[in-house]
Amino acid sequence: MKLDRRSFLSFVIGGAAGTAVTPLPWKLMDDVSIWSQMWPWTPVPADGAYTYVQSTCTLCPGGCGIAVRKVDKRVVKIEGMAGHPVNDGGICPLGLSGPQMLYSPTRVAGPLKRIGKRGEGKWAKISWDEAVAEVAAKLSDLRESGHPEQLAVFNGAGRGTFSALVDRFMTVYGSPNLVRPATFEDAYEMAVYRMHGQQAMVGFDLENANFVISFGSGVIDGWGSPVRMIRAKSLWKDRKVPLVQVEPRLSNTAAKADRWLPIRPGTEAALALGLANVILSEGLFDRNFVDYYTNGFEAWRKMVLDGFTPEKVAGITGVDKDFIVVLARDFAKAGAGVAICGRGRGATPGGLDEAMAVHSLNALVGAINRKGGVWTLPGNEEVNWPEVETDETAANGMQRPRLDGAGSGTFADARSLPNRFFAAQADGKADPVKALLVMEGNPLYTQPGTETVKKALDRLDLLVSFSSLMDETAAYADLILPNHLYLERYEDVAVATGMATTVIGLAQPVVPPQCNTRHAGDVVLALASAIGGPVADAFGWDGFQACLEETLADDWDALTEKGYVVHVAQPSHWSEAFPTASGRFEFAGGYQPVPIEGDKGAFPLVLVPYDSLRLATGPAANTPFMTKTVGDEVLKGKDVFVEVNPQTAGSAGLGEGQAAVLSTPRGQARVRIHLSEGIMPGLVAMPGGLGHTAYDDYLAGKGVNVNALIGPVEDPASGLDAAWGIQAKLAKA
Amino acid sequence: MEMNAKQHKYGMVIDLDKCTGCGACMVACMAENNVPFKKDESDNKRDSITWMRVFKVSNDKPYPEADICYLPRPCMHCEGHDGHSPCVSVCPATATDYSQETGVVSQIYTRCFGCRYCMAACPYHARYFNWWDPVWPEGMEKYLSPNVSPRMRGVVEKCSFCFHRYQLAMEKAHYEGRAELEEQEYQPACVQACPAGAIVFGDLNNPEHRVTRIVEPDPHHHFTGHSKKALRLLEQLGTNPKVYYLTERQWVRKALDQYNFGSQAAAH
Repeated sequence: MKLDRRSFLSFVIGGAAGTAVTPLPWKLMDDVSIWSQMWPWTPVPADGAYTYVQSTCTLCPGGCGIAVRKVDKRVVKIEGMAGHPVNDGGICPLGLSGPQMLYSPTRVAGPLKRIGKRGEGKWAKISWDEAVAEVAAKLSDLRESGHPEQLAVFNGAGRGTFSALVDRFMTVYGSPNLVRPATFEDAYEMAVYRMHGQQAMVGFDLENANFVISFGSGVIDGWGSPVRMIRAKSLWKDRKVPLVQVEPRLSNTAAKADRWLPIRPGTEAALALGLANVILSEGLFDRNFVDYYTNGFEAWRKMVLDGFTPEKVAGITGVDKDFIVVLARDFAKAGAGVAICGRGRGATPGGLDEAMAVHSLNALVGAINRKGGVWTLPGNEEVNWPEVETDETAANGMQRPRLDGAGSGTFADARSLPNRFFAAQADGKADPVKALLVMEGNPLYTQPGTETVKKALDRLDLLVSFSSLMDETAAYADLILPNHLYLERYEDVAVATGMATTVIGLAQPVVPPQCNTRHAGDVVLALASAIGGPVADAFGWDGFQACLEETLADDWDALTEKGYVVHVAQPSHWSEAFPTASGRFEFAGGYQPVPIEGDKGAFPLVLVPYDSLRLATGPAANTPFMTKTVGDEVLKGKDVFVEVNPQTAGSAGLGEGQAAVLSTPRGQARVRIHLSEGIMPGLVAMPGGLGHTAYDDYLAGKGVNVNALIGPVEDPASGLDAAWGIQAKLAKA
Repeated sequence: MEMNAKQHKYGMVIDLDKCTGCGACMVACMAENNVPFKKDESDNKRDSITWMRVFKVSNDKPYPEADICYLPRPCMHCEGHDGHSPCVSVCPATATDYSQETGVVSQIYTRCFGCRYCMAACPYHARYFNWWDPVWPEGMEKYLSPNVSPRMRGVVEKCSFCFHRYQLAMEKAHYEGRAELEEQEYQPACVQACPAGAIVFGDLNNPEHRVTRIVEPDPHHHFTGHSKKALRLLEQLGTNPKVYYLTERQWVRKALDQYNFGSQAAAH
């Protein structure tokens, strides 16, 4: 039969019409839809008994109280603890995300030993006995060779009992190389040490302040204890307490401040001294404090009056000179004004001159140890263990200089200089350490200059991570001895950071360990026991829990029941507060800005990092929940957006959303442009917390780690990292 | 309108001058309500299921006069005229309904057949469609709450003012022989989590509740807030929403007056 055109068309059109008219395909599609909706992969969560466990969040040093909701044996939700002195029911996105960490597929299921190349991701499962024996063997070798100082520990845990246990272990083992991440508190406490003559923790009585100047601190962007700070900001609003935010970018804090004062980055100390100049020349300072409780005032006053007139400071900082005068007057006359510093979240220490200038400004208005001011606090007073008895090996080891130079010579005031530690280990000129134990930290991601950190790790014989999750450092380690997650273990948070009252919180096991993990405290005790001799003798406890119960003694019952205790500390009166040679507060310091890294010719722009509570920058990484809240002007697909002023972008020929190559002396990365009128021309702002390489597809490969593009810049006065940015260049991709 | 003692009208007021944009409300909501997530949530933000979404509003002024404001947007639980909210009026399946007892606009997943008419009707883009079945990374389904059923592909979902919390609180009250709830007994997850204390929730029919005292809704003028600081989103559409906002910033009032929740710029 011959099929002509006419009958072919009739057949096709007729067939199509017939198919459309018959309900069969539609019915089938509907059935398939309904049927496939019933497939069992939409989970039906099991019901059970509802309970709450009162605990403490340790994902940052903030020390918030949490109420963990359970259904039977499962954690279903974390809420802020109502009535808690730090957060009173409030909670941040990271704190809320705990269950996503607890049940994350990126958890380290048990002790692992590397069998491939470093970072290759090939692991062999080993038993806990093997894991402990392997680390103990290396540690014993180092001690037997007479070089216990070749062991280093990077400990990011807070000021609690666990850290005290690690300190004790290192002392009796014989290594001074105990490194802690440094924050703005290190710089501020060093300033306090120079001016008060006292090593003390610093607390800010911000709830009672009536005028606040923030030199770039992310008051509501994660500085200090984040939830407490947001609560303080709301309190200020109710009480009409002004907040003046000094920083070159319109951060959330700047947007919420009563006044945003854009400043040339890195010149904050000059502005502080400019304000001091006005206060001095107009006689607005606290005469009682200055006359009776201070020393070195005249010399310092002359330096400030001569060098930091509003005109000069306006020239340095770019802030209007008339406004400097107005701000200084308002601040001094407020009566309970206070100034704070530490850029963004405060994760970078910053220059000592800046901390000293800001502290001088506080001193000038008498804001020391007074209501609404800066308080010096004793820190963790719970740990009162007997002195350790060390052997000769340990004593010799402890005599050797730290690799980072802290505590001796130029940096005698410093306690830990992580930037110098990794730099010295990487360049290998000094005797490098052979073994590094990383606890509650992820330096390969969080330390500025990640390439240097990687080089430093490459020089180790043994890198051990105690991480509960497969983070960057764990993925690069030789051995992983996974700790319980904070929802599975006891741990005290000795002092919630930045608070003017001493709040002690207890994290307690909400659920049994979900993986084959062990409390890092127990592992430290097991290592001590395996090394034997005086190292073992220094620890009389059966396990970490016994140690903790004994240490917290009187507070233990209250802590396990309520989750926290408060020790109300009265700061010392001015007559007793300053154990300096003169017995008085020492005015000191000037303006010694630390130069920024990079050549201005080749890299005409400046890259500055910024912090947001929706992106975790610390050792606890972003969760899927948090990443979901990130706006698509920050992250789109794999691309991170950098904020650039339209004027700056325009001169580089770049427009909104365009791809670009951002290069700095440390490296380069593909980014996209977000035009923002909220940033000073000449700057490029990049969020921290992205660019992970470890974890899983919900996080890895999204954006760029700003720490790979920025390196530390050493402050010659303190040894601390004072970098606030790096010279950079943007080019079309 | 006659006030029935049993008739509640739950609503909230959000202080935009206190909101810090931290995102805790969004995460609290996701955690409370078993909201799913994908590997990449940035490809089309309008499809990213967020019952509570914080928008970023800019004053569009040049540096250094630029300013931003964050705008948390839950479902507005519009009352319209006597419960004729935009979405309820158009739903052919009665999958979404206005409760005269609580003022909550419900969403019944098992009735919804996914026509998405309600989404088109909602001027606040508060409704989201499940284009895919939810998938949790291996093991993570352990944290799912039995209080809220995970939704399957093909249905629309949205903020319920954490209605399951109301049900649990009512069960407890009935068990204790009470017919009425205390103000603090029923609070949605976002309100509870907000570190800034920027969200206040309660019964707008109860003159004692904080939300009523702050907003002072005027029953003779379509429940507009008496308070000079209070405003509602897209008031001129007559949706009669039960979420009020507070701000003292004039530019924010102006920007919100015509805010287009569907625009690309608003998709952040």
